[in-house]
Amino acid sequence: MTSNVVSFLAAAIVAGTPLLFATIGEIITEKVGNLNLGVEGMMLMGAVAGFYVGLKTGNPLLALLAAMACGAVGALIFAVLTVSLRANQVVTGLTLTIFGTGFAGFMGQSLVGEIAPETIKTFFQPVTLPLLGQIPLLGEIFFQQDLFVYFGYLTAVLMGIYLYKTRFGLNLRAIGENPAAADAASVNITLYKYVHILLGGALCGLGGAYLSLVYVPAWAENITAGRGWIAVALVIFAAWNPFKAIVGSYLFGGLDIIGFRIQGTGFAVSQYFLDMLPYLVTMLVLIVVSMKKSQEKAPPKALSVPYFREER
Amino acid sequence: MDVISMKGITKIFGSVVANKDIDFEVRFGEIHALLGENGAGKSTLVNMLSGIYTPDSGSIFIREKEVKLTSPRAAIDVGIGMIHQHYKLVEIMTALENIMLGQKGGGFLRANIIREKIEKLSQRFQLGVDLDKKVYEMSVGEKQTLEILKVLYRGANILILDEPTAVLTPQETEKLFQVMNRMKDEGCAVIFITHKMNEVLRISDRLTVLRKGQKVKTLETKSTNTKELAELMVGHPVNLAINRVETVKGKVLLEVKNLTCVNEEKVQVLKGLNFTIRGGEILGVAGIAGSGQKELCEAIAGLYPVKDGEIIFDEENIVGLTPRQIITKGISMSFVPEDRLGMGLVASMDIVDNMILKDYHKQKGFLINRKPAAEKAVKIVKQLDISTPSIHHPIKELSGGNIQKVLLGRELEAHPKLLITAYPVRGLDINVSYKIYDLINEEKKKGEAILFVGEDLDVLIELCDRIMVLCHGEITGIVEAAKTTKEELGLLMAGEKHQDMEGITRDQNS
Repeated sequence: MTSNVVSFLAAAIVAGTPLLFATIGEIITEKVGNLNLGVEGMMLMGAVAGFYVGLKTGNPLLALLAAMACGAVGALIFAVLTVSLRANQVVTGLTLTIFGTGFAGFMGQSLVGEIAPETIKTFFQPVTLPLLGQIPLLGEIFFQQDLFVYFGYLTAVLMGIYLYKTRFGLNLRAIGENPAAADAASVNITLYKYVHILLGGALCGLGGAYLSLVYVPAWAENITAGRGWIAVALVIFAAWNPFKAIVGSYLFGGLDIIGFRIQGTGFAVSQYFLDMLPYLVTMLVLIVVSMKKSQEKAPPKALSVPYFREER
Repeated sequence: MDVISMKGITKIFGSVVANKDIDFEVRFGEIHALLGENGAGKSTLVNMLSGIYTPDSGSIFIREKEVKLTSPRAAIDVGIGMIHQHYKLVEIMTALENIMLGQKGGGFLRANIIREKIEKLSQRFQLGVDLDKKVYEMSVGEKQTLEILKVLYRGANILILDEPTAVLTPQETEKLFQVMNRMKDEGCAVIFITHKMNEVLRISDRLTVLRKGQKVKTLETKSTNTKELAELMVGHPVNLAINRVETVKGKVLLEVKNLTCVNEEKVQVLKGLNFTIRGGEILGVAGIAGSGQKELCEAIAGLYPVKDGEIIFDEENIVGLTPRQIITKGISMSFVPEDRLGMGLVASMDIVDNMILKDYHKQKGFLINRKPAAEKAVKIVKQLDISTPSIHHPIKELSGGNIQKVLLGRELEAHPKLLITAYPVRGLDINVSYKIYDLINEEKKKGEAILFVGEDLDVLIELCDRIMVLCHGEITGIVEAAKTTKEELGLLMAGEKHQDMEGITRDQNS
């Protein structure tokens, strides 16, 4: 029984890793004041680019770089439209999702059914960390994972420190709250927005690449299956805090795989109901979070509001 | 020595000349007031010093060196710090974080070193700020002190304050003046923008008057007076007295008993209010912004849920009635919010359609007849001297003052029995303000009851019969306007209860 639970929890972390990258990416984007609903699209772009480069070169690091670059390109489209041209962020984000889905479908036509090369599979074999991996239960759950999962822990923690402990984090949070105040304090708003929107896109791309290179690991049409949308909701669940995003992502990773596990026990629940579960819980979370009104957990005040200096 | 010297400054926005060939000099160690009506070009002029606008022609010299101020950063680099009318603070952050914002230095925040520096500075200028307090928990006065500390920390020795007293209580204003004097003593130059003449006379050393984008005159404060300043600002002699029209007070039209309201966060915003207004009487409402004025107006108009208590209008409890039923009974409200456009009017519609908004439901049939509304619109435009290309022009393209006249005109045109008007002269210049006071007095003569929510204590004292002071949603006193002073009102606004409070409210209820 214990071993069942442990293996379930370890698998939940694997399933939650793509969500974690995408959620952290979206948190950074929203903290700088831009609501990018193109997460799903950027994940797919990263997934296909990572898989393609991985397949052709067999080099895992090149594959990851390609995924990040492609996610960032998606974010660049969004940044040009919403920061420089001040287009509506919601519409632009939705368009980016549709574009990304189409792009991945088009690029992936010849890849359908292809399996990730052995070099990559071996590279992302689970690695037991020295000492930490020996801890009973916890070690098995958290520290006998693949490198990509560890990179996920590291990213979330580093982003948390970046946001709350550094000068850059302070400035970027101020832009999301009150760009006029940041501007008066001579923070370069356009630069900050571009850098962090692109960084957010790159992280979403990584989340997508985890699916195609490690989780599945093969190419399939629409491989993200709505995870980008869950990430958007997770940002609210995590109250824009990277540390809380870790908890949220793994929780939803667990919901994602609970179906297989329950079927394994022979318990009769409709597969369709189980597929619906993560989204149902997402809705519940949104309801609960919206009912609690607190200054500290509120979204960045200037979220999705374009900034003009000369407007009074 | 002139620390700032602006020569021949011109700035044009589209077809509007905001500043025309202005020369402006400020010395070290002086408080220099910049005085003028709305649209005189005061803010435009100083915004060219703070790096927000760049002049179309003319040159700026700081310490006798010509400079090009193309960004807020460039301005602060030459020592110019601006305190904007709307504070540039991040609400969710602490005072310390707000000061650290945008500073150069290493990647990680070194709060302790900065904290020490700030504490030294606040001692020197006697600015008390709790550095760990979140901005959203601060009072307006505290926020302002923080803004001043912020620019001083950035090395400003030329300070520009844009209408700093507009949102302060008299006591907070007093404190600000002390700080300004302190800065003057430390050798800073202070530029103080305002349209309140009494403040200018009290605090400034010299002053410059602007009118319609042009400089009228720079003069020594000692050698002038209110009358002369008003004349310089407006361009012709003005009568500054507001008459309190004496009327025969009618019966009690509005009686509010134990009115209590709570907001969405379950906080009491109105705490058991008791007051009355008679016909032919103006009851003024004073208080710091956000003391419950808005909630009171909205509760009477049926727009804010009432938790407890009664609002008796013309011998009938109107709590629970819909806003339309309340309008039909003869209660009219005009509330001018801070952004002026938020309430009551639809910006993209013309005057006629805005007139119809409030009485379209009185018409029969499916289609709307615009004719009566158009007639009303013509009448109001003429009566209130509203400058608009036509009555079919979208109101958002009118100036703020004209928009306000449309709002007030519509409410007066409904011939209410009770007129609620909040901040009707907010941001208006002297001429228009006095016109509006006259209109309110006209209504009073007709025997209407008027609830007048105001900002300027001098006006409240001169115009109203009685003044009710709110503080944190509580009545701290209801006083006879003819017998009170600004100081007394200030204390009440800050929360000190009136000694005779019990007696007065009892009188009102009897």
